[in-house]
Amino acid sequence: MKRKPAALLLLLVILAALPQFLPRFHTYIAAIVLLTGLLATSLNLAIGYGGIYQFHHAVFYGVGAYGTALMLTRSQLPAPLGLVAGPLAAAALSLVMGIICVRLSKLYFGMLQISLGSLVWATVYRWYSFTGGDDGIHGVALPDLISSTGGAYYYTLIVTAISLFALYRIVRSPFGKTLEGIRDNPVRSAAIGVNVKMHQLAALVIAGFFGGVAGSLFVVIDTSVFPDMMFWTYSLEVLIMCLLGGMYTFFGPLVGSSILVLLRTYVSVHIPYWHLFLGIILTLVIIFLPDGVLGYVVRRFRPKEGRLA
Amino acid sequence: MGLPENLFSAGTLSQILVGLSRTTILFIVSSGLSLILGVLRIPNIAHGSLYMIGAFSAYSVISFLGGGGFAFWAAMVIAPLIVAAIGFVLERGFFSYLYEREHLMLLLLTFSFALIIGDLVKIFWGTEFRSITVPGFIQGSAEIFGLPIPYYNLFLLLVGPFIAVFLWIVINQTKIGKIARAAAVDSEMVSAVGINVGWVFAFTFVLGCFLAGLGGALIAPITSISLGMDHSLIMEAFLIVIIGGLGNIWGALLGSLIFGLTQSLGILVWPQFGIVFPYLAVVVVLTFRPKGLLRSAW
Repeated sequence: MKRKPAALLLLLVILAALPQFLPRFHTYIAAIVLLTGLLATSLNLAIGYGGIYQFHHAVFYGVGAYGTALMLTRSQLPAPLGLVAGPLAAAALSLVMGIICVRLSKLYFGMLQISLGSLVWATVYRWYSFTGGDDGIHGVALPDLISSTGGAYYYTLIVTAISLFALYRIVRSPFGKTLEGIRDNPVRSAAIGVNVKMHQLAALVIAGFFGGVAGSLFVVIDTSVFPDMMFWTYSLEVLIMCLLGGMYTFFGPLVGSSILVLLRTYVSVHIPYWHLFLGIILTLVIIFLPDGVLGYVVRRFRPKEGRLA
Repeated sequence: MGLPENLFSAGTLSQILVGLSRTTILFIVSSGLSLILGVLRIPNIAHGSLYMIGAFSAYSVISFLGGGGFAFWAAMVIAPLIVAAIGFVLERGFFSYLYEREHLMLLLLTFSFALIIGDLVKIFWGTEFRSITVPGFIQGSAEIFGLPIPYYNLFLLLVGPFIAVFLWIVINQTKIGKIARAAAVDSEMVSAVGINVGWVFAFTFVLGCFLAGLGGALIAPITSISLGMDHSLIMEAFLIVIIGGLGNIWGALLGSLIFGLTQSLGILVWPQFGIVFPYLAVVVVLTFRPKGLLRSAW
C-alpha cells in the first residue's frame, strides 16, 4: 500500500500545476470540482459510514456559504473571520438539527431533516432585507490574496486537501470504525456499550462543518451565493454523487462528484436534454453498479482486499 | 410582525375555503404516495412527475376533443388512466425487480425517473405554460359571506371526501385491499399462502399512480400547467405522508389539512414568511409524534 500516498502526492502536484496551463474558466471549474468533492465526501461520512439518512445536506453547504458571504459583506470584522464563520454556523445548525432529528431513524430522520432544512431555505429565500432573498448576494469582496482566480484556486486546493485529510483520519479513527459498526448493527453496538445517538450526532456535526467549509469555498470561487444552493433537489444531487462514485469507499464521492460536475459543464452544453441523459445514466448505475463506479473498480480488480481505504 | 386587522373576517374564511380546495389536491396526490410507500415501501419521488403528466394529459385530451363540458369530464377520467398505464409499465419494468433494495437506492432511482420524465414532458409538451378553462356550468362563483368563491373550488371540496371514502372502501372492504394491507406487513407470509404478491403490488402501484394523475388533472383548471409543478408538490406530499402515518389514508387527509391550512393561513398572517409555516407544522408534529399522527401500516 506504499503506492497510494505516492499516487495522491502526484495527483496533488498535478492539481497544483493546473492553473499554470488552464485558462481561467477551466481553473474555475477545477476549483468547483474540488469543493463539490469535499461536499460529497462530507455527506458520505454521515450516509456512507454512519448509515444516517442525511437527505438535506445542501443546507449546511448553503449556510456555510451564506455565513461567509454575510460576514464579508455586512460586518466590518476581518475577512479570515468570515471564512471561518460560515463553517462554524453550519456546524452549529447541524448540531441543533441533529439534536431534533437524531431520535428518529431512516426515512423519518430524512423527512424531518428535509422539513427543517426547508425551513432554513424558505427563511433565506424570503428574507430580502438580510439575505437578498431569491436574488442572493453577488460580488462578495474578498481579501486580495484570494481574490484572483489563481489565488482562489490555490486557497480551495489547500483547504480541500486539509479537510479531506482530516475526514480521512476521522474515518480511520476508532470513532469512524464505531460509526461503521453502528451503521451495520445499531442494536448490537448499543449492547456493547456504544452511545449510538451521541456518535451519530457527532458524525452529523462533523459532516455539517465540512459541508459548510465547501460552502465557504464556493463563496471564494464564485463570489456569490443564492438560495438554490440549499434547495432539496441539490441535496439529492449530492447524494447522487456519493452513489455514482460509491458510498462505501472513501474516494468514491470524489469520483462521483468529479464525473457529475465535469459532465454537467462539458456535456450538458452539447445535448439539449441533460436531465434525460443524467437520469438514464443514474438508472443504469443504480441497477447494474449499486456500489458505484469506484466500488465496482475496487471489487473488480482487487477481490481479495475488499474495500479501498 | 403585527396581525392584520381583518384576521377574523370574511376574507379569512374565503382564504380558508381556497386553502381547503388546494388541500383536496394535496390529499389526492399524497394518498397515492402513501399507498405506494406504505405497501410497496418505495419512496417514489417520481410521483410528482406523474402528477405533472396528469395535468398535461388533461390539457391534451381537452384540446384533442375540442373543449366543452364533455371533453372536460372525459379528460378528468382519461388523464388519470394514462398516468396509471405509465405506472403499470414502471412497476412491471423496473420496481418489481427492485423491491429488495434499500430505501435510499429506491429514492435515488425514482429521482432519476423524475429527471427523465421531466425532460420527456418537455419534449412532448414544450416549455410554454398551458391552461384549461372549466366548462360553462361550473364557471362563475358562489357568494359566501359576501365574497365570491369559484364553483370549481367548491366542487373540489366535494371530491376530496368522496375519494377518501372510496379509498377506505377499497383498502378495508375489498379482498385485494385486505391482501395489500397484509402484504404491507409481511409480504413473504402472504405469498407463502399462495397469493401472487407481485400482482397485488402492481395493483397498488397503479392505483397510487392513478391518484397522482387525478390530482394533476383536477388542479389543471386552477393553476398554470408548467414544467416544475412536480418539484413544488412532491416534497409537500412526502411530508404529508410522513406526518399522517405511512399508508394511512385518514392520516394523509389529516396531514393535507394541516399542510393546506397552515399554508393559506400563514400567508394571511405573515405574508413574507408564510411559506415557513407548513414546515414548522411538520417539525412540531414529528417532535411530538415521531411516527406520524395516525397509526401507520408498518
